Amino acid sequence: MTTVTRRGLFKLAGAGAGTAAISALGFDLAEATQVKQQLHIAGATEAHSLCPYCAVGCSLIAFTRKRADGSTEILQIEGDPDSPVNEGRLCPKGASAMSIATSSRRVDQPLYRAAGETAWKQVSWDFMLDRVARLMKDARDRTFVTQDANGNTVNRCEGIGFAGGAAFSSEEGYLATKIMRGLGVVHLEQQARV
Amino acid sequence: MTNHWRDIKNADLILINGANPAEAHPVGFQWFVRAKLDPKRGPGKGGGAKIIHVDPRFTRTSALADTYLRIRTGTDVAYFGGLINYVLQNNLQHAEYVQHYTNASWLVKDGFGFADGLFSGYDPAKRTYNIATWGYDADAQGIAKRDMSLQHPRSVFQLMKAHYARYTPEMVSSITGIPKDDFLKVAALVGEMGKPDKVMTIVYAVGLTHHTTGVQLIRSGALLQLLLGNMGRPGGGMNAERGHANIQGNTDHAISWEILPGYLAIPTPGEKNLADYVKEKAPKKSDPNSWNFFGTNYKKFMVSLLKAWYGDAATKDNEFAFDYIPKPAGNASWLSFYDDALRGKMDGIILNGMTATSIGPDSTQVLQALAKLKWLVVMDPLPTTSSEFWHGPGMNPADVKTEVFMMPATHWIEKDGSFVNSGRWSQWKDQVIPPQGQARHDHWIMADLFSRVKALYQKEGGQFPDPVMHLTMNYKDPLKPTADEIAQEINGQDLTTGKRLASFAALKDDGSTVAGDWIYTGSYPESGNLMKRRDGVQDPAKNDPTGMGFYANWAWSWPLNRRVLYNRASADLDGNPWDPERAGIKWNGQRWVGDVPDYPPTMNPKDPKAWLPFIMTGEGTGRLFSNTPLDGPFPEHYEPVESPVDNPLHPQTSANPVAFLYDQAAGRPNRFGTVADYPYVATSYRLTEHEHYVTQHVEHLVQLQPEAFVEIPDGLAKEKGIKNGDMVRVSSKRGKVEARAMVTKRLGPLDVAGKRVWQIGIPIHWGFVGISADMHPDKSQHWLANMLTPFVGDATARTPEFKAFLVNLERMG
Repeated sequence: MTTVTRRGLFKLAGAGAGTAAISALGFDLAEATQVKQQLHIAGATEAHSLCPYCAVGCSLIAFTRKRADGSTEILQIEGDPDSPVNEGRLCPKGASAMSIATSSRRVDQPLYRAAGETAWKQVSWDFMLDRVARLMKDARDRTFVTQDANGNTVNRCEGIGFAGGAAFSSEEGYLATKIMRGLGVVHLEQQARV
Repeated sequence: MTNHWRDIKNADLILINGANPAEAHPVGFQWFVRAKLDPKRGPGKGGGAKIIHVDPRFTRTSALADTYLRIRTGTDVAYFGGLINYVLQNNLQHAEYVQHYTNASWLVKDGFGFADGLFSGYDPAKRTYNIATWGYDADAQGIAKRDMSLQHPRSVFQLMKAHYARYTPEMVSSITGIPKDDFLKVAALVGEMGKPDKVMTIVYAVGLTHHTTGVQLIRSGALLQLLLGNMGRPGGGMNAERGHANIQGNTDHAISWEILPGYLAIPTPGEKNLADYVKEKAPKKSDPNSWNFFGTNYKKFMVSLLKAWYGDAATKDNEFAFDYIPKPAGNASWLSFYDDALRGKMDGIILNGMTATSIGPDSTQVLQALAKLKWLVVMDPLPTTSSEFWHGPGMNPADVKTEVFMMPATHWIEKDGSFVNSGRWSQWKDQVIPPQGQARHDHWIMADLFSRVKALYQKEGGQFPDPVMHLTMNYKDPLKPTADEIAQEINGQDLTTGKRLASFAALKDDGSTVAGDWIYTGSYPESGNLMKRRDGVQDPAKNDPTGMGFYANWAWSWPLNRRVLYNRASADLDGNPWDPERAGIKWNGQRWVGDVPDYPPTMNPKDPKAWLPFIMTGEGTGRLFSNTPLDGPFPEHYEPVESPVDNPLHPQTSANPVAFLYDQAAGRPNRFGTVADYPYVATSYRLTEHEHYVTQHVEHLVQLQPEAFVEIPDGLAKEKGIKNGDMVRVSSKRGKVEARAMVTKRLGPLDVAGKRVWQIGIPIHWGFVGISADMHPDKSQHWLANMLTPFVGDATARTPEFKAFLVNLERMG
C-alpha cells in the first residue's frame, strides 16, 4: 500500500486560493473537502492505471479496498499528479472512468444468437469457443488460397476478418496480430482508419 | 506524433487543422495553452505562442486561438498549398535545412509531369497511375543526381515551386472559402517560422485524414514543415492526436492489413523469398551519404519477427518460414471487409472492442454486409450496435441468418498491460480489480480459440496446417499468456545468451535473435520493464534536467526512448541546435547529448562521411517528392467525392482520380448524391463528453449529453424555418438521421468560387444501443450518424471520407 500523504499535499495545493478563503458558512470549505476526501480513501490501496478513452494517455490513480468477503472494491479514480502528460488533470470522460469500470450494464456471461433467432440465449464459454473454433476452421479451409492464379505461393485465408485493438493493451494486440497472421488472415484492421 | 503532448509547450506557432483538441483532447490541450501563456514563445519578439485554428466549425479550440479561419471541409490541401506557395514565392524557407535536410536537390526523371489535374502515367480505365516516371534521375546503383544550387528545372525544388505556383491566395480563397486577407495574415505568421530560432508545430486529428485526399492532406503539412525546417525539432513536427487509448500501440503491432509489427510491409504475391521481399519493400539508398538505416536492417527485423512467431520451425533452409506469412491479393482494409462480405466472399468477422455498425461509413450498407456473414463474433464488455445488429434499424431478425456470438471481455482496469499514447509513450497499467462476472481477457479468449482451432487441425487435418501447428505459444500457460510474458516477447532476446536485448541494433538476420516488434526492442531489457517507470513531475529538476519536457525516466517511448523523432534535424550541419534555447540534441565534440539521438551516438557531424540526417529514408533526407502515395508525388487538391462545386483548379478532374470506387467496381448501384438533390455540405465529429459509442453506457456522460443532435448554422436555419430544438431530418443518398436541431453561430456560410455554401455538423455518438437509446427506442433507430457517410476512402490509405459529404435538410412536421 502506498502512503497518501504526498497526494494529500497535492490536493491542498490544488485548492489554491480557496484554502485561505473562509466561506459564507464561516469555515474553510477547501479544508472540509480535503478532510472528506481523506476519509473516503483512508486505508485504501493505490494502483496505477490509464484513462481508457482518447490517446492523450492521462495517468490515473485508482483507490481500492478489500471487502470483508475478500473481493476488491474501487473507491475512487482520479488523475495522477506525477504524470508529465496530465499532471493530475482529467476531462469529463476520464473523471467518470469509475462509472464505466463498475457499470451495471456489463454483459457478464456469453450470449449466442442462432441464425434467424429473435433473442439471445445464455450459453457456456465452452459452447462459444468450440462453436467459433469450428466456424473459423471451416472458414479457413473453405477460403484458403495456397497458390494464386499466377502460381505464386500466397498461403492466405480470405474469408475471416479481424478488427479491434484500440481499446485493449499492446500485449493483447500483438497476440491478436500473431494469431491472426498465423491463421493466414489478411483482413486485419483496427481504428487507425476509422 | 513525431513529438509528444508536453512538447507542444515549446512551440512559437501552433497550426491546428482538422482537429478540436480543446474538446476532443482537453487534457492534452493544456500544453497548447501553456505555450500561449509563455512570454518566451511566439512570433516576432515573443509574448506567447500564437494558435491558428482552421476548421469548418468555431469550437472551444477556436475560442482560445488567436486566429480562427472557417474553411470548407475537405479543402485543406489547398490551404496548405497556399501556405507552401507563399513561403516559396517569398523565399521564406529555411534555406540550409531545405538544401541539406530535404530531397529538394534530387533530380527527377525526364518525363515526369503534371497537367490538367493528372500526374504522368494515368490509366483512366484502371483509375491508377503507372509510376515509372515518378522517380529520380539515378545511376544503375540507384544513386541520384543532385543539384545543390536547387536551380535545375528537374530538381525537386523547382518542380515543387512550379506545382505550387497555382495555389495563389486568390485560388486558395476560391477553393476553401477563407477570405484572401485573412489567409495572408496567417501566411505571414507561418512564413516567420522558417527562421532557425523560431519553430511551429502542426497538430491534426482524423478531421484531416478522413478524406479521399487524406494522405496528401497530411503530406501537405509535412512538406510545409520540411520547408520551414521544423521537422525533428522540439516544438515542431507533425503531430497526430489519436482518438483511442491504445490505437497507437496496436497500429505499431500491426493490426492492419498492410503491415507486420514495426511497420514492416506485408509481403506481396510474387515475392518468393526474403531476398525478393527485402528488394521490393525496403527503402533504397539514393545518396552515398545516406545511411538508409531501415532499408539496411529490414531483413534483420523481419527474420527476428519470423523467429519470434515460428521458433525452431523458422530455419535458414526454409527462409525462416517466410511462406507462412500470408500474401494478400489486394487491399483488405476496413471498407474491403464489408465490400467482400457483400460480395459473399467473407464467412465471418471478429470485432474485438470495435463496432462495425456505428463506425460505418454507410451504416445501412454495413448492416447488409453483416447480415451476409455466416457468423459474427463480438468481444466486448458492453453491448454494441454490432452485437445487436440483427435487430437494428431496418433488420428483421428472422431474415438474418448470421450466427452471432457475444463474448464478454474484461475492461482495461481488470488486467495489466501497456497503452501507448499519441506521443508514442508506452505506459504500463496495473490490474486494479478482478474480472466482473464471467468476463475473460481478450487475449485469453484469442489464445483459447487458437488452441481449439489447432486441435481441430491436429485431429482432422485441413488446408496448409503448418503455420497453425508451428506458431509459438511459449507461455507458462498457453491458454493464459500474461501481459508480462508477451511484453518480453515483443522486446526480444538473443537466443545464444538467452538475455533480453536493450536495442534493435543487436538484431541479426541469421536466426540468432528474436523480436516480436523491433521498434519496441529496449522497452523491456534485462534491467526490467521500462514502461513502468514513474519519474515524473514530482521532481522536475531531477527528472527533466533540460526543462524540455522529455522526462526520459517516465514510461518508455519508441524507438529507444526517443522523445522527438528525426531529432538529428534539430541541429545544424555542425551539430549545433538551430535554436540553442530549445535543443533537441547537440554534438559536444565527443558525442550527441540531449534527447536519445536519432543518429549514431558518436558520429562526428563534421566528418565528410557523416550520414545525412534522416536515417529512415533511402535519401537520408526528408522527402518533398515521394512516390509512395498512389495519387501523386506532390499533394494536389481534389474535391470530395460528394462536393457542391467543381474543382476550380481543373474542373475536368474534380475529385481524386484514383480513389477506389467500391460500389462501382462491384457492380452495385451508385450510392453517391449530387448537389442538385443534396445541397448542403456535412461533416461529422466528436464531443467532449463522449468517446465514440462506448460512453452511451456511462450514466454520468449520458446525463451531460443525453440525445442526438445536429448543428445547423443560424442563417440556414432561418431560411428553412428551423428553430433551436426542432426535430430535423438530415438525409444523404444513403440514409437519414432524425435528431434535434441545435441552431448555432458556430457554423456559417462560405463563399466558394462565387457560390454560397452551408455546412452542417453531425456529432457521431448516438445509435440504437445505450442508455439514451433505451429511453427513446423509436427515435434512436434514426440516430446513426454514419447512415449518411459515403462508402469511399483515401486513394492510398482507404481511410473513409467521413468528414465531407452532401446532405439535404428538412424540418420535421
